[in-house]
Amino acid sequence: MELDAHLLARIQFAFTVSFHIIFPAFTIGLASYLAVLEGLWLKTKNETYLTVYKFWLTIFAVAFAMGVVSGIVMSYQFGTNWGPFAEKTGPVLGPLLAYEVLTAFFLEAGFLGVMLFGLNRVGPKLHFTATLLVAIGTLISAFWILSANSWMQTPAGYMIEDGRYVPADWLEVIFNPSFPYRFIHMVLAAYLTTAFVVGAVGAWHLLKDKTNRPARVMFAMAVMMAAVVAPTQLFVGDMHGLNTQEHQPMKVAAMEGHFETQQGAPLILFGLPDLEDAETKYAVGVPKLGSLILEHDPNGEVTGLDAFPREDWPNVPLIFWCFRIMVGIGVLMIAFGLTGAVNALRKKLFDAHWHHYWAVAMGPLGFIAILAGWFVTEVGRQPYVVYGLMRTSEAASPIGAPGVAGSLLGFLIVYLIVFSAGAFYILRLMRRTPDADPEKPLKEGPLRPSHLADELGDGGEQTSGADNV
Amino acid sequence: MFDLPTIWAALICIALLSYVVLDGFDLGIGILFPLGRNKDERDVMMNSVAPVWDGNETWLVLGGGGLFAAFPLAYSVLLTAFYAPVIAMLLALILRGVAFEFRFRTERGRKYWDWAFIGGSTAAAFFQGVMVGAFVQGVVVENGAYAGGWFDWLSPFSLLCGVGLVAGYALLGASWLVIKTEGDIQTRMRALQLPLGAAVILLIGLISFGTIFESEWVRERWFNIGSYFFLWIIPVATALVSGAFFLAVRAKKEITPFVLALGLFGMSFAGLAASLSPYMIPPAISYYEAANADSSLAFMLVGALILLPVILGYTGYAYWVFRGKVKVGEGYH
Repeated sequence: MELDAHLLARIQFAFTVSFHIIFPAFTIGLASYLAVLEGLWLKTKNETYLTVYKFWLTIFAVAFAMGVVSGIVMSYQFGTNWGPFAEKTGPVLGPLLAYEVLTAFFLEAGFLGVMLFGLNRVGPKLHFTATLLVAIGTLISAFWILSANSWMQTPAGYMIEDGRYVPADWLEVIFNPSFPYRFIHMVLAAYLTTAFVVGAVGAWHLLKDKTNRPARVMFAMAVMMAAVVAPTQLFVGDMHGLNTQEHQPMKVAAMEGHFETQQGAPLILFGLPDLEDAETKYAVGVPKLGSLILEHDPNGEVTGLDAFPREDWPNVPLIFWCFRIMVGIGVLMIAFGLTGAVNALRKKLFDAHWHHYWAVAMGPLGFIAILAGWFVTEVGRQPYVVYGLMRTSEAASPIGAPGVAGSLLGFLIVYLIVFSAGAFYILRLMRRTPDADPEKPLKEGPLRPSHLADELGDGGEQTSGADNV
Repeated sequence: MFDLPTIWAALICIALLSYVVLDGFDLGIGILFPLGRNKDERDVMMNSVAPVWDGNETWLVLGGGGLFAAFPLAYSVLLTAFYAPVIAMLLALILRGVAFEFRFRTERGRKYWDWAFIGGSTAAAFFQGVMVGAFVQGVVVENGAYAGGWFDWLSPFSLLCGVGLVAGYALLGASWLVIKTEGDIQTRMRALQLPLGAAVILLIGLISFGTIFESEWVRERWFNIGSYFFLWIIPVATALVSGAFFLAVRAKKEITPFVLALGLFGMSFAGLAASLSPYMIPPAISYYEAANADSSLAFMLVGALILLPVILGYTGYAYWVFRGKVKVGEGYH
């Protein structure tokens, strides 16, 4: 019974946090993108940038609302389902989360209203400041939450008092060994994810009308981001991996499918990790490349899972496969970005239809890569909730299985409704043709639903505001 | 006197009170939403809080995050004890929160999101009240963990508190709409202020008696003439605020009734704090016992003292930007 409740609590956390991360990942990137767009508009006075800004602002509003409400759940779930964890790590993690609220959430929420509704009330300069502050807020938020998460992966700067982890050195806590890598890796992932969504939407409108100027702006900026950031991400990801190798070698062994500690280890590309037989079956790999990447020596010794007690092994196949999904998508993103750069140099960026189709297909992949990457790092932390210190099995609240199952069911139903509706509305907002005519600015937004209806064709013929009641 | 746990207990109280003050009218508008007669009226009601609701709800995140940070034991025990109402409140807040965006994104589905807004706001308010009631009644703790049953939070008293908070938030919502609207809808909201105000004052009275008779030590504190005599300032002030509220409503003031309704909340909060302090988990664990390590509290206090005034500053700015009446069909764009 107790084990069941524990497993249900883990499923519930995995579900709610996976659902949540999709929205911040998107809004971190989108907020920065909006700030750049509005900055370009103010600098160049080119109305196309404002059109693109307004196009994405409404989408940002929907995604942000979903991020906020699913985030409130997270701030309470440590207490409802993970009481002992909250109590023991409270001295270290509590202040990090409190600083996130104080420095980031209030900043974002405080200026979001001005950003969404205030352009005509405060004027362009102050409005740009509001956009900028919201964008900075999303990054500060990422800073604190990734610091807290990284502390659970590579705890540092603490001492143990009365069974609790108490801070000894705050700088060591905040800038714990894996934090800088994880932070940069995640922010770049958010930027890439957003770039590919923007690129897909731009490409979709280019396929309908390749002269559409806002669509051209979207697509060109997205390709530029992909060409620069995707290769950078490969480099950052590699450094993050080496950091993990140093602090959590068992996780890397699972990612690589290395069961045996060996010298001159291969880089396994594909295979079937088998926990029962403790080997990766049908492994296809490059000899010695594993040692070369991880140890910078073709004959270097790479630690395998056999160096750790078997009961401590995480779910190796899941980690192995998620890692390959993430890296595979990363490689696709690099290929897309470089192809786009070549097309741009040949002045064919807006003519290469095949590249636009490719872009549309790439649209959702960033989200999948982010989820896969988080699965690698979080499942790879098991069986610990705080790596090496506190086991996940010691962390759960004394709530019975039926209680956890009931709340899980509630979350499933509500999230399913909210997610389907939100995804549907966002896709519909993306379908609007961005109109560059400065005489006819986009008017949609919470206060002008009738204009939105015009754009969307929702409600058929009845497009005048009064008839829609 | 002013040691770190005390300062943080005060700060958590301030965060909770700020939440109630700011999100109360915002949830209240959801509770009153069925009274909007058509789409335009409902648009106006929602738009009166659309630019600020997000910031209002952030105080709830601060309440949760702050409790985790300052009093991890209380966070862990209370949320486990109130498991069902907490989850219900969170789900309700999700449904009402997304309604702010979703109802403007669809014609066909608008009525469903209207109901999500109504149901979510009402349920969130109700379960918050239920938790206040369950908190007053006390929580069973053994060896630093919750040791009660699943439905300990459920009692006639906690349900009464749930109803009380729904009525209270509705009063705040109506008073807010009197400030932010004009014409027909303002007249109707003004007409609601008297009955809602009377109901709220009656409920405050009932809940106060309930609180006093729920536990002996609270009773002793209030009736032990001498040491705690000054506490009677609170009920006396509540009576004065109530009287002023009715006078202000009859004089058709716009802002004053809202401020006085907030005053009723402030007095109720003070009464609750006076009854239950120093317990963080009544009836046994004080805020000293539940407090985090001093080094953690000190680290956060530096930030809180610098950041809270800044937050209040720009929150005030956001309200100022969107000051004035919200008109039908008039957009912020």
